[in-house]
Amino acid sequence: MKLSDFIVADAVLPELKATDRNGVIREMVSSLAACTGLDEDAAASIAKSVIQRENQGSTGFGKGVAVPHVKHAAIKKITATIGRSSVGVDFAALDRAPVYIVVLLLSPPDNPDQHLASMENIFRHLQRDNFRRFLRQASTKEEINELIREADELPG
Amino acid sequence: MNVENAVPDQARMVKVPNAQGFHARPVMRFVDTAGQFLSEVQVRKGGQVVDGKNPMEMMLLEATQGTELEISASGPDAAPAVDALAQLVESGFGEM
Repeated sequence: MKLSDFIVADAVLPELKATDRNGVIREMVSSLAACTGLDEDAAASIAKSVIQRENQGSTGFGKGVAVPHVKHAAIKKITATIGRSSVGVDFAALDRAPVYIVVLLLSPPDNPDQHLASMENIFRHLQRDNFRRFLRQASTKEEINELIREADELPG
Repeated sequence: MNVENAVPDQARMVKVPNAQGFHARPVMRFVDTAGQFLSEVQVRKGGQVVDGKNPMEMMLLEATQGTELEISASGPDAAPAVDALAQLVESGFGEM
């Protein structure tokens, strides 16, 4: 599995407008919904579920990254997008540090194994210092998508 | 001392019992529990070994339902650490 199999290139947000956690989640869900043909009601319901999930336990894994996600009935195929914040967002992260890179992952409810495989893929790259640093420095959609392509080409 | 190559003080095999597997919330609970102990904690899946106190590394295990994991610990509280962590996994993280 590659990042580009589930990250929707057009939905990538190089400069998040929202500066609070719930706003960032809504902005990213809207972007993904617009690019994947989900209507506004579905998007609102998904955003609400992601926020509820986040309230149960932060997905701020530390080192400036958060991976909010949810399994939702309106999702038929696993999809994700990346948002970048230059100011930093409070995700109540494990290390209490602000979050600059947000990966939103939406999964169908009935495929937990594929969800775990996607998470593995995301973290395999996010744990690399260079990938995180270059993502933080990327200021356009094209630059972020280029980083995703390069990551997919790495061996293993 | 190279902890990765050392024989751990305590180790136990567990099987991931819940349908959703070792997903993000269970990983955070595991890391949180591991952090309450002084001992080094490692989790092994086949030939892959990760730091049980590092949530990003833990997500790399991709431990789906039925996956067998070895939880090991080295340090002054290795036995209670392995007990607590094995129990957490075997309980299905409260999802069963």
